[in-house]
Amino acid sequence: MPEPILQLRVLDAHYGDFQALFGIDMDVSDGEVIAIIGANGAGKTTLMRSISGLLPNAAAQIVYRGQPIGALRADQIAQSGIALVPEGRQLFPSLSVEENLLIGGQVGRKGPWSLEQIFQLFPVLKERRNQAATTLSGGQQQMVAIGRALMANPDLILFDEISLGLAPVIIKTIYDALPQIVGQGMTAMLVEQDITKALSVSSRVYCLQEGRVSLEGRTETIDRDDITRAYFGTES
Amino acid sequence: MIIAAIGVLILAAAPWWAGRAELRLLGEIYLYLALAYLWNLMAGYAGLVSVGQQAYVGFGGYMLFALTMFGGLHPIAAVLAAGVIAALLSVPVAALIFRLKGAYFAIGTWVTAEVFRLSFAQVSSLGGGSGSSLPVNVVKSLAASRSGREALSYWLALGSAIVVIACVYLFLRSRRGLTLTAIRDSEVAAAGLGINIWRTKLEVYVVTSAFTAIIGGLIFLQKLRISPDAAFSVNDWTAFVIFIVVIGGIGTLEGPIIGTILFFLLRETLADLGTVYLIVLGVLAIVIMLKAPKGVWGLIRSRFDLELFPLSYRVKTDTPDKGA
Amino acid sequence: MDWISALVQGTLLGGLYALFAAGLSLIFGVMRLVNIAHGDLIVLAAYMGLSTTVMLGIHPFVALLIVIPAMAGAGYCLQRAVLNQTLGDDILPPLLVTFGLSVILQNALLEGYSADPQKLSAGGVETASVQLGGLSIGVLPLLTFLIAVAVIAGLQFIFYRTAIGRAFRAVSDNADIAQLMGLNKAHIFGLAMALALAVTAIAGILLGVRTSFDPSVGGARLIFGFEAVIIGGLGNLWGTLAGGVILGVAQTLGAKVDPGWQLLAGHVAFLVVLAVRPNGLFPRVAH
Repeated sequence: MPEPILQLRVLDAHYGDFQALFGIDMDVSDGEVIAIIGANGAGKTTLMRSISGLLPNAAAQIVYRGQPIGALRADQIAQSGIALVPEGRQLFPSLSVEENLLIGGQVGRKGPWSLEQIFQLFPVLKERRNQAATTLSGGQQQMVAIGRALMANPDLILFDEISLGLAPVIIKTIYDALPQIVGQGMTAMLVEQDITKALSVSSRVYCLQEGRVSLEGRTETIDRDDITRAYFGTES
Repeated sequence: MIIAAIGVLILAAAPWWAGRAELRLLGEIYLYLALAYLWNLMAGYAGLVSVGQQAYVGFGGYMLFALTMFGGLHPIAAVLAAGVIAALLSVPVAALIFRLKGAYFAIGTWVTAEVFRLSFAQVSSLGGGSGSSLPVNVVKSLAASRSGREALSYWLALGSAIVVIACVYLFLRSRRGLTLTAIRDSEVAAAGLGINIWRTKLEVYVVTSAFTAIIGGLIFLQKLRISPDAAFSVNDWTAFVIFIVVIGGIGTLEGPIIGTILFFLLRETLADLGTVYLIVLGVLAIVIMLKAPKGVWGLIRSRFDLELFPLSYRVKTDTPDKGA
Repeated sequence: MDWISALVQGTLLGGLYALFAAGLSLIFGVMRLVNIAHGDLIVLAAYMGLSTTVMLGIHPFVALLIVIPAMAGAGYCLQRAVLNQTLGDDILPPLLVTFGLSVILQNALLEGYSADPQKLSAGGVETASVQLGGLSIGVLPLLTFLIAVAVIAGLQFIFYRTAIGRAFRAVSDNADIAQLMGLNKAHIFGLAMALALAVTAIAGILLGVRTSFDPSVGGARLIFGFEAVIIGGLGNLWGTLAGGVILGVAQTLGAKVDPGWQLLAGHVAFLVVLAVRPNGLFPRVAH
């Protein structure tokens, strides 16, 4: 049994009076690729925001490498080695492509990823390095967002809806790059609407429904009908 | 309601029971109360945070002097005329400074006040930079005896405060007032409801400018002397007013009353300290803004759940709001 | 010739106004904060200069070595202890808190230094002048202008060529996402205020050497700086320099017509720009 890198213990999350997550329990081991699936509004993005520190939680609800991190600020969590590729890419419009990547590396963690490595992974970014990031196409912006997160050399990387709104050919390029990314020993959690895509790259899957875990299992043994039920919440 | 009416009657009878100094102080309190209500309407409800209301206080004061000295108007007529002229003037001013967004609007209002101050300092017939006194015949036209004058300017101050409070209250209860609250709570939502934000803000700006000028006229009718630095003082006519509203509770109808009472209590007890008193006020305002943004009234209200001016309708529902 | 001389003097005066404006522009750019106490902080720096020159017997320009770090440190603490708590969607808290700060500073200076006008004595440089094509140009105004150009070039360099400048822009774009990059926005904002007040320190010393000052003059400095920012266009530092120059020229030309019109002419120039080009003459081009 490999070391657990991330443990969620009865994790709740709120937006004001509205509760978005209810008692989520999760265990992620070193080197795993976890898919998080679920319908719109199931709480997938909230989960990503909680882990990365954009939403405050109680300290003990999120344990990273044995340390309670639930109450830390997002920048402290980033320093400790968790990176998020946020939904909608969220590049910095005032920064060039290269600056967007460099700012990701500003946490100063050592590791395999550098500007040159990112440019090898996505060569088109090298050509466009001096352009304002938001002048790029959606797919290229997604590459920048992924590169920006990698530049931090995280131990755990969170991908939030990285194929949303992109053309299939672009999605393929990005998903083809994923094995290279996690092949470096990085642990990954992947939020995805496209179940087939999610299952194709992951080793384990969690399904969320209305803020609760409705199904969990190993990708190769999980039953498709169970997924459908867990996804839509239909009783049968 | 009855208690309020009796209170007003007692205050109205003050010239018979209060001494000269108390009368003066009370008059000053009423005028500050009115200024506080006007500033609160702009900043607390319409989102127009002005640090330049001294522009209209000073303008009203100077109009009183100009219209009585050169226009031969009765002082009370001059004060009312000052309000009308200020309303007319405030329209082109608004057209310019409404182009500045948010906090920059605030500094824009200050520039306006500076332009007014520098302009009046150029008018040599009004004494230029050193100012002038209200001529004796004008003062006499108000009332023959000194005590008569003092009583009259006391009643004018009390009356104007009551009128301003009543107008602000009725306005906020009207459809337009509710519009204003909608704007404050969400500009986007208000626009979605088809509310013309710009126009409503303009109306508030024009009306407060007119009333502020009237109050300014009354202030200098009490003082009988005017100079550009006194008329357009940012400390006297804006800083104090802001402190009153912030300490009492910005965006509440009761706040200015509480704030005015506290302000004058502090002033009367700490006046000997001079500048230290202003430092204390500044610190107090900052602490309240950071720790209790709805001011002293907000604290009272959260403890006792009471309301002097029923404005907020209680929502009759027992299903909790789910949010988005 | 008189008019040309006024034009040159106004341009050089504009350098000082650009220094008033640069700090204002910087903190607005990074954290959307409009600091009403900015003018009073300039005056505070001038008084710091006064105390250091008197106590240590040093030249005001040498005093910069003490006043700049002191103001920067004060700025960092002020931001982290007070101003960070005011930032958010509501514009009221930052405005009213900095307004309160302005009143506190003014009266604290009044308490400490009295209302008597003071001046920093810079010796020979104050009266020295150089001849340029028949014009006599004061060394001090020329130096002020050159310092302003250098400061703005320096800020431009920091903003667009350094890691901290990158962090400023990132936090300004989207503070949440910047946090994900390991940037603590409270710290970054503190650094931005420190940088702004370092510039303010320079502005305050130059103000004190140029004219006499007293605790009440802060408001007007805030307004000059603000007018330079708006004339130049928000978010453009070189535009701010141009805005300062336009304001300075308008004031000196106004004073040439009638001494009483000096400040009025500056305000009128500002209002005309606001009426004709509400986004300023050189607004930042959107990416």
